Formats: sequence, structure tokens, C-alpha cells
Amino acid sequence: MKVPFDKLDKAFENRVRLQIMSVLMVNESYDFTSLKELLDVTDGNLASNLKALEKEEYIIINKSFVGRKPNTNYQASAKGKKAFQDHLNALEQLIKQQKM
Amino acid sequence: MEESKIQADLASIRNMMERSSRFISLSGLSGVMAGIYALMGAGLAYKIIYVHGDKYSLNLAAKGGNPFLQSELWEELVFSPTIMQLVVVALAVLFASLVTGYALTSRKAKKQGQALWGKTSKALIFQMATPLLTGGLLILILLSRGYLGIVAPACLAFYGLALVAASAYTYTDVRYLGICEIVLALLAAALPGYGLLFWAIGFGVLHIIYGTLMHFKYDR
Repeated sequence: MKVPFDKLDKAFENRVRLQIMSVLMVNESYDFTSLKELLDVTDGNLASNLKALEKEEYIIINKSFVGRKPNTNYQASAKGKKAFQDHLNALEQLIKQQKM
Repeated sequence: MEESKIQADLASIRNMMERSSRFISLSGLSGVMAGIYALMGAGLAYKIIYVHGDKYSLNLAAKGGNPFLQSELWEELVFSPTIMQLVVVALAVLFASLVTGYALTSRKAKKQGQALWGKTSKALIFQMATPLLTGGLLILILLSRGYLGIVAPACLAFYGLALVAASAYTYTDVRYLGICEIVLALLAAALPGYGLLFWAIGFGVLHIIYGTLMHFKYDR
């Protein structure tokens, strides 16, 4: 049987991107600082991975201000949710094949 | 992509989904301690009401009268020594439970690498605060009108509702504790005069059972 490696999403090969998407699947939106604390990564690392997801149009960015502080919120787009689900399905198939 | 990478990916997806949406650092032991404080408080309250009780005590409710209404004169009731002593005991139990809960939960949060004051704990506190503040103010207003018998069932009912609401933001098991508290509240309302007993079961015994179960399920 053909192994569906091609079905795995390249965007989710990176662990941080996979984690960001996991968070946005179960939360309506998440802000930059909370994401940084949760994932325990540096500003630069998180920002570059968010940028990559944004380029794929997997996430939507909402910039606003809380008082004077800028507050950036991230949301999963419909396209991103679909891509994540497809990625999970591909992982599931891979596991099933390896068990056989 | 080999198997171990897939396993690690799935584990990290699951971990992130859980930790981003639920505050999973609540300590089981703090539940046990809160239960012990509540039982000690209930014991003291029993002594205050039934042993050294004055004419406002529960067992002296007027025959044939409204079982939830102890006195029409609120100054007479609220400033009576019995009620003042009960208020002090209740506040001491609350304070001791909050301090212990805070200490044990912050220790567990540190161990699990979850922020004590983060997105999930804020959501949890907000969910609980709404029913608790509503209930607390309602009880104070009714108490000031002399409805002493309302205290135990209302405490249990609003606390139960707060727990059911909170269960969306922490362990799902909290929901079952909440439902048990609500059932006790309804029983306490149906059986006036046994309020303290139900209060002791709800805040004492149930917390100890729940805390022990949670300790063995999540804390080890």
C-alpha cells in the first residue's frame, strides 16, 4: 500500500507551527504573549512561525490595543482548520499502516 | 517520517489542546484540606448554634411558622452574637481554604510549567465568580431579612452551579462534584432544619472524597 506521506502538510512539519495550530483549533483566539508563555519559545521564533502560517493563510491576525499596549490576537482560518484536520487524518493513516 | 516522530507530534498536539484551554494545575490535596477546614467549621458552628444557642438558634424556629424565616427584625438577627460568631467561623474557613488552595495550586502549576495567572486560570475564575458573587449577595440580602434557613441550601446551590460552569475550563470531573452539590442543595431546601448537616456533607465530606480521587488520578 502506498504510504500517504505526500498528504502530510509541509507547514506542520515544524513542531512550533503544529503546536500553534493545535492551540487555535480549540480556542476561539489566542494572543501573542499567552502563546509565547504556553509554547515556551522566544519572541523571534514564535513570530517567524506565525508569519509562515499567515503566508499559508492558515491563520487570521487581529491587531488591537489594550490601553496603550498593542495586543495581537490570532485565529485559525477555515482553510487552516481544514488543513490541520487533513494533516491529522494523514497521521492517523500512517499509524494504521505501520501497525499492519 | 518515522513512528516516534508521529507519536511525539500527536502527544504535543494533545498536550497543547489541553493546556491552552484548561487550567489543569488545581491541586487535589487543596480540596482535601478545604474539606477538613469545612468539617472543623461545621463542628464549631454546631456548638455555637445547638450548645450555646440563644433564642435565634435553628432548633427554636417558631412552630408552624415559616421554617426559613427566623426573625422579622433583621437587626435583632444579624447582630445577634450567634450570627456574628457563625460569620467569623465561615470567614475563617473560607480564608484558610483559599490560602491553602493558592499555595498548593501554585506549587503544582510551577511543576507543570503552567502559568498560575494565565489565560486559562483567568477564564476559570471568571466562570466561577459570576454564580458565586450572585449567590453571595443574594444570601446576604436574604439573611438581612431574617431568612437564616436559606443560607445552607443557597451556598450549596450556587457553589454547585459555579463548579459546573468551571468544569469547561479545568478537569471535567469537577462537573460531577458540582452536580452532587446541587442535589444536596435541593435536599437541604426540602428538609429545613438540617442545613448545617447538608452544609457539612457538601463542603466537608464531598471535598475530601473529590480531593482524594483527584490526587490519585492527576497529582502523582
